[in-house]
Amino acid sequence: MRHLLSAADLGRDDAVLVLDTARELAAVSGRAVKKLPTLRGRTVVNLFFEDSTRTRISFEAAAKRLSADVINFSAKGSSVSKGESLKDTALTLAAMGADGVVIRHGASGAPHRLASSGWISAAVVNAGDGTHEHPTQALLDAYTMREHLAGGAGDLEGLRVTIVGDVLHSRVARSNVLLLHTLGAQVTLVAPPTLLPVGVESWPCEVSYALDDPLPGTDALMMLRVQRERMSAAYFPSEREYARRYGLDARRSGLLPQHAIVMHPGPMNRGMEITAEVADGPRSVIVEQVTNGVSIRMAVLYLLLGGAEIE
Amino acid sequence: MATRVLDQSEIQRALSRIAHEILEREKGADNLVLMGIPSRGVPLAQRIAERIRTIEPGAEVPVGALDVTMFRDDLRLRPARALGHTVVPPEGIDGRTVVLVDDVLFRGRTIRAALDALAEIGRPRAVRLAVLIDRGHRELPIRADHVGKNVPTSLRESVRVRLTETDGADEVLIGQDA
Repeated sequence: MRHLLSAADLGRDDAVLVLDTARELAAVSGRAVKKLPTLRGRTVVNLFFEDSTRTRISFEAAAKRLSADVINFSAKGSSVSKGESLKDTALTLAAMGADGVVIRHGASGAPHRLASSGWISAAVVNAGDGTHEHPTQALLDAYTMREHLAGGAGDLEGLRVTIVGDVLHSRVARSNVLLLHTLGAQVTLVAPPTLLPVGVESWPCEVSYALDDPLPGTDALMMLRVQRERMSAAYFPSEREYARRYGLDARRSGLLPQHAIVMHPGPMNRGMEITAEVADGPRSVIVEQVTNGVSIRMAVLYLLLGGAEIE
Repeated sequence: MATRVLDQSEIQRALSRIAHEILEREKGADNLVLMGIPSRGVPLAQRIAERIRTIEPGAEVPVGALDVTMFRDDLRLRPARALGHTVVPPEGIDGRTVVLVDDVLFRGRTIRAALDALAEIGRPRAVRLAVLIDRGHRELPIRADHVGKNVPTSLRESVRVRLTETDGADEVLIGQDA
């Protein structure tokens, strides 16, 4: 593995290796000295063209716990706002000797362009590109499910996962469907027809328009954020109607089996796709997802940058 | 072509002797912690601990595992490898005598990494080293306190320790590398 651009790049064994590595590294976060010397002297650049709190902080914490030098770059207040192209930004980073580049970009495919263009030799990690993919989020979701529902080892064979909401604009949903399928889970997408992408029938998952139906047979329920910033048209009549038909409230949470967990990639629109009562309730593992994100990103950075460079 | 240098009963006798040596040197089993280095150091540490408990009934000997992968100095020479499992005993290692246990002592680099890894989880009163095989060729000033068997080797030879827990049989083999 040279780059991590798409959840589809990971085979079952690769994905399980990342999860197992993350599990060992999670123990480090519980120690008094939260530091390993593994990436000492290597430089990781966080290249964020889009706003992000948890993903950027999570990657930064992960890189620092592995002793890498971290350079944070955000488009706001940089030369990008003066019109610098991705290529020139990349050449600048290469000249500074970046070993790893974590990129978030509003355009789908930007990480792939960066990795395959020959502009830089650094390992590229996709931290979310447009409405395309967000593979480390899928990995941390799979990790969280594995810890709660599969004993923390192996794959997710037979697990039933329901993903609800704005699938159309969600890179999280796409990466999750791909990775969960690779790990053997059965995925059901639930969304109004207007919020499902064209071609969803070719994805390795089921699709439903009604939320109540799949709930009793769901082990992990993932609520997606309604991404108003990406919506240029009216996809549903009103927020209230969306919340009534696709929001997770206490009644719907009660339809889930006893062991089921509720997830959300964050940031949440409380009262819209999920009520505060459920988000803070006993089934919710939303805060834990953030913790697991650091372990997953440590594992990814270690596996990409820790060993010899693959020519 | 592999030559067997230790068989099952010889391994057992070596481990029994190491258990006695540890008790003699530390004047008992108080404040002792055994840390095995994955993969084969861990079952060896467990076996030594069992023998110590047999020799000194009632002695508490916590056994842990210490993965040193992230502390190795040759990480960048090979593709990233899977991590072993680290288990710190609930009592911790602060103020205790830690005996590191590994199967083969060769260049000494694993033990150097282990000393760094140990420093991250606590401050032992003292650190000792017990190995089943010492094959020589040290590249660092590191020496074992307790050795099952000294086996002089050439650099072209490989030493393979097989244990029931990990490999289905107890034996130590020396082979010629191709």
